[in-house]
Amino acid sequence: MEGWERQKNILDFSLSSLLRRKGKNLALVFVYTLLVFTLASVLFFTHAIKREASLILQDSPELIVQKSIAGRQEQIPLRYLEPIQKIRGVQSGRGRLWGYYYDPIIGANYTLMVPEKQTLESGKISIGQGISKTRLVFPGDTMEFRSHDGMLLQLQIQQVFPSESELIASDLILLAEDDFRRLFGGSREYATDLTLRVRNQRELPTIALKIAEMFPDTRIILREEILRTYESIFNWRGGMMVFILVGALLAFIIFAWDKASGLSLEERREIGILKAVGWETSDVLLLKFWEGTIISLSSFLMGIIWAYAHVFFTSAALLAPALKGWAVLYPEFKLTPFIDFSQVATLFFLTVVPYTVATIIPSWRAATIDPDSVMRT
Amino acid sequence: MNSMRKAKKFFFFILTQGIILIFLLAHSLYQIHADQSWLEEKKRMVRDLELTDLCLFTEANYTRHLTQADRHTAFQNSPLALEHFPSGSILLPPEHLKK
Repeated sequence: MEGWERQKNILDFSLSSLLRRKGKNLALVFVYTLLVFTLASVLFFTHAIKREASLILQDSPELIVQKSIAGRQEQIPLRYLEPIQKIRGVQSGRGRLWGYYYDPIIGANYTLMVPEKQTLESGKISIGQGISKTRLVFPGDTMEFRSHDGMLLQLQIQQVFPSESELIASDLILLAEDDFRRLFGGSREYATDLTLRVRNQRELPTIALKIAEMFPDTRIILREEILRTYESIFNWRGGMMVFILVGALLAFIIFAWDKASGLSLEERREIGILKAVGWETSDVLLLKFWEGTIISLSSFLMGIIWAYAHVFFTSAALLAPALKGWAVLYPEFKLTPFIDFSQVATLFFLTVVPYTVATIIPSWRAATIDPDSVMRT
Repeated sequence: MNSMRKAKKFFFFILTQGIILIFLLAHSLYQIHADQSWLEEKKRMVRDLELTDLCLFTEANYTRHLTQADRHTAFQNSPLALEHFPSGSILLPPEHLKK
């Protein structure tokens, strides 16, 4: 109980000491909070998006076969499908029809796709929420498309996908096969690529190898690669991410270095006086420990709270301009708040612990000097 | 007495933040549970429509369908190649192109 009282008294003294230099310490807390906020926002956002991608893309096609000519993807002949389907382990396969359409009115690219299961009547389309919001078109309206031969093709909107699906379907237009062929031309003997379902996941590499041997002009994309791509999409090594992290880390190093490199004359004198009035070195260290903890713990907690609110309540409003780039059609999505606690713990140990240690070391040096000489300087 | 109040105030401040954090944790768990039906719906859409990518960057074909991109595009020739679109400074080239 006595120990606890001592801690409380020293904590009181620490707070009074910090409040004496209110301006400086508040600025310190502000910068520290901002630092944690930036790092935590990036960590929360990237983890949530990776997790969501890994969950929803689990059911994407197991194997995609694309035809490649001179390094570019070309239409694949549907006759490739028959021998591929005969490979042992292949359950089913189909030719997928999809492509891009540039809309000069808003300057955006749409993804056009012919669904396998959903049967759309010719002349009808389903569109993503992003298109509806940007073009201000709604169910019942018609959209005009200029086809490959310069003709105007009018398609009526049957359905707009719900806003919750924006992360996967914001720029998506589903249309009937006839309309797709009329819009882009091309022979019915060809598809954009082939998608395959297999019986046993472990057979995937063998099947891929067999297809590659059978058709050397094809490029095969496995679902595992799709998932891996999204796992590494916002990797810390990736472009801007590394700059944010390095920038924040450098700021923190300067921050801690400033603390560790020494105390101000005023602080040294304060320690001298405390020792002269009977404080022990351990008391002084405890005082400095509390000072470091007060600043770093408050900043860390505030930074984490604000980062969570920023990413999951405002849909990462401050990160969005960087993510949008030049995109005209940017999906407005709300991420599911998947949190990786190990990341939060790492952030804690990378910010709170070094700062607190950096405050104690110079104080320990000052606390071990003779109080008389400290007060005279 | 006055100094005691400061320590108490600090504890109260940290406690409030702790409670907010617990609330946020509860919010996270609740929201994950509440979003399950939409996650399932999105999974169904991916399965039925055979989608392969998230609609995150609509600037260019290869940033829209990152996993379907070929080696022809600017930044995918090399991870250090200059990129035309801002997305390229955020994204890494797709896994299968880095082999």
